[in-house]
Amino acid sequence: MPINNYIFLGIILFCIGVTGVLTRRNAIIIFMCIELMLNAVNLLLVAFSKMHHQVAALHQGAASTVGTEGQIFVFFIMVVAAAEVSVGLAIIVMMYRNTHSVDVNFLNRLKH
Amino acid sequence: MSQFVYLVPLFPLVGFLVIGLGRNVLSRTLTGLIGCATVLASFVVSVMIFNEVRTPGFMPVTVRLFDFIHTGSLNISFAFQVDQLSSLFLLIITGVGSLIHIYSTSYMHEEKPHHFARYFSYLNLFVFSMLLLVLGANYVILFIGWEGVGLCSYLLIGFWFTNGDYNYAARKAFIMNRIGDLAFLIGIFWILAQFGSLNYADVFTRCQGGATAPVLTGITLLLFIGATGKSAQIPLYTWLPDAMAGPTPVSALIHAATMVTAGIYMIARSNVMYTLAPATQAVIAVIGLCTAILAASIAIQQNDIKKVLAYSTVSQLGYMFLGLGVGAYTGAVFHVMTHAFFKALLFLGAGSVIHAMGGEQDIRKMGGLRKYMPVTYWTFWVGTFAIAGIFPFAGFFSKDEILSHAYAHNPVLYAVGLLGSLFTAFYMFRLLSLTFLGKFRGTHEQEHHLHESPAAITIPLVILAVLAIFAGFLGIPEYIKPDAHILEKFLAPVFASSQEIAASASPAPGTEWVLTIVSLLLIAAVSIWGWTKFKGYTGPAKEATGFAKILENKWYVDELYDAVIVRPINALAGFLNKYVERGLDGIVNGAGRLVQYSSRQIRLLQSGQVGAYVLLMVIGVIILFIVQIFL
Repeated sequence: MPINNYIFLGIILFCIGVTGVLTRRNAIIIFMCIELMLNAVNLLLVAFSKMHHQVAALHQGAASTVGTEGQIFVFFIMVVAAAEVSVGLAIIVMMYRNTHSVDVNFLNRLKH
Repeated sequence: MSQFVYLVPLFPLVGFLVIGLGRNVLSRTLTGLIGCATVLASFVVSVMIFNEVRTPGFMPVTVRLFDFIHTGSLNISFAFQVDQLSSLFLLIITGVGSLIHIYSTSYMHEEKPHHFARYFSYLNLFVFSMLLLVLGANYVILFIGWEGVGLCSYLLIGFWFTNGDYNYAARKAFIMNRIGDLAFLIGIFWILAQFGSLNYADVFTRCQGGATAPVLTGITLLLFIGATGKSAQIPLYTWLPDAMAGPTPVSALIHAATMVTAGIYMIARSNVMYTLAPATQAVIAVIGLCTAILAASIAIQQNDIKKVLAYSTVSQLGYMFLGLGVGAYTGAVFHVMTHAFFKALLFLGAGSVIHAMGGEQDIRKMGGLRKYMPVTYWTFWVGTFAIAGIFPFAGFFSKDEILSHAYAHNPVLYAVGLLGSLFTAFYMFRLLSLTFLGKFRGTHEQEHHLHESPAAITIPLVILAVLAIFAGFLGIPEYIKPDAHILEKFLAPVFASSQEIAASASPAPGTEWVLTIVSLLLIAAVSIWGWTKFKGYTGPAKEATGFAKILENKWYVDELYDAVIVRPINALAGFLNKYVERGLDGIVNGAGRLVQYSSRQIRLLQSGQVGAYVLLMVIGVIILFIVQIFL
C-alpha cells in the first residue's frame, strides 16, 4: 500500500479530532477527540517507521533494526496519553460532582 | 593605655544605643545616670591616655581597628591616632561634655521621660561623633565624625520639633553645613588624587615637595570652606545664632566642646599643608578677622541672652582662625581650650538664668538677678572677665597670644583684632549688667519664682568657673616668664614640621609688653564704660535707630542671603515645579496610563471560554506551520 493512503487517513483523523475539540462542549467528547488526534499521529509514526525500516533493510541487509524507533515512540505516546487520561478523567469527575455537568463552557466562571 | 583608645568613643556610643533603644522603658533617673556615666567613663580613659601622652618622648600611636575601605590600591583602615593634639581635644570634649551632661539632668527634668531619653541619646551620639572626628587617623574617619556632628546638631537644634521655627533653624544649620561639607569632600578627594593616601602621616610627609603651591592652595582652601561651615565663619556663619533654638545645654555643647571647634581642629591637624600654602593662610586670617569683628559688632545690639553669646562664639572662632592664619597654631588651640571653658560656663549660666526666669530670654526684661542667684552671678562674672580678656583670667592669655602673633605678622591685623576684643568687652559687660545688676524689670509673677538653680546646675558652673580662672596659666607667654608656656611645649611635636618650614614670628619682648598693656588698659576702660552705662538700665528708652538698628538686625546678612540666594532658588524651584514638573508628570503618567489602557483591552481576551483558547492555540500552531514552511 502506498504511504500516501496512511498520510491521508492520518490527516482526516487529525482534522476530525481538531474539529471535535473546537466545536464540542462536552468534556468527555473533547477528550475522545484529543485521543483521536494522538492516534492519528501514532498511525503516521508507525507508517513512516515501517517505510523507513524497509528502505534501510534494502541497503544494509534484513537484520538491520534501523527505522524501528518510531514504533517505540508510539508506546511512549500511549503511556503518556494513558497517564493524561487518568488525570483528566479525575478532573472531569470532580467537575461533574461540583456542577452536575461536563460542559467546558461552564468553566469560564473560574475566572471570577 | 593608648592602645585602648577605642574605649573613649565606645562608651558614648553604647550610651546612645542603650538610652535610644530603651527610651520607653528607662526612667529619667536611669537615663541621666547612663548618659552621664558613659561620658564620664570616656573622660576617665581620656585622662589616663593624656597621662601617657604627656610623658616626654611620647611617639604618636595609631590604633588600627579594622579594614574600612579596601579596593584596588586604595586602603583606608578604621584607625585612631593618639597624639598630643587629639588627646588634648579628648579631654576638652569628654570633660566639658560630662559637665554638660550632668547639667542637663537637671535642666531637662521637666521633659517627658521618653523625650528626656531621646535628648540624652542624641547628646551621647554628639559626643561620640566628635570623638570620632578628633581621633581618626585619616580624613575619612574625620569626615564621618564631621558629618556625625552635623547630624546631631540638626537633631538637637530641632529637639522641640513641634515648634516650626525651631525646625527651620535646625534645617538651616544642616543645610549651611552641607554647603561647606561639599567643598570639604572635594578637598578630601583631591588629597587622595594628589597623594594617593588619606592617612595623616602619609599625606603630611608627601605634601612637602610632593605637590605644587597652587594644588596645595586649592586643597587647603576647599578644606577651609568646610571649616567655615562647621565653625561658623563668613559666609556660612548665620546658622550658629539660629542654633539657639535647641535646649541651652545643647548650645553649650555645640559652642564649647564640639562641632564648632571641628574646623579649628581640622586645620590645626593639617597644619603642615596650611603652612605650605601661605595664600590660604592669608585668606584664613582675613576671613577670621572679618568674622570676629562683624559678629562682635552684631552682639552689641542683641537683646536675647543666648544670641549675644552665640555671636560672641562666632567672633571668638574668628580669633581662632586669625591665629591659624598667622601660623600661631598653639595659640589657636589654646584659645579653643580656654574658650571651651568660659563659653560653656557662660551658656550654662545663661541656661540657669533662663531656667529661673521661666523661659524668658530677653535681657531687657531681666536685671537684678544678682541677689536671687548668687552662684550663677559670680560664675557668670568669671566667664565675662575671662572672655573679655582681663588679666589673669583664661581668655587673656589665649587671646593675647593670638593678637601678638597677629601683630608680628601685620600690625593692621592686630589693630582690627584689638577693636574686636574691645567690642567683646563692651557687649559682655552690657550683658552682665542688664542681666544681673540694677532693678528687676520682669513681671511680678516671674520675680516671685526667681530662685537659685539646683546643685546639678551650679556644680558644673563652679567647676567651669575654676577652669576659666586657671586654665590660662597653662600658656604663660615667653615675655612674662620664660619657658612657662606648658601647652606650647606639650603641642610642639604636632606643629614641629610647620615650625621648621615657617616659624611663626612673635614680636620683640619689649613690644609685647607695650601691646599687652595697651590692650589691657583699653579693655579695662571699655569694660568699666559698659558696666556703668548699663548698671542703672531701666528699660528700652526708644526704638533703636540708625546704625544701632542695622546692628540689631545683624547687618541684614540674613536678608541679603534671602534676597540673593534663597529667593532666586525658590523662584527657580517654583518654575520647575509649575511647568517642567508638569511636563515630566505628563510623560510618566502617560506611560502608566497607556499600560493601564492596553492591559484593560488585552484582558478581554481572557474570557474563560475553553473553546476560544483552544481555537487560538490551533490558529497559533497553523501560523507557526505556515511560517515554518513558507518563510
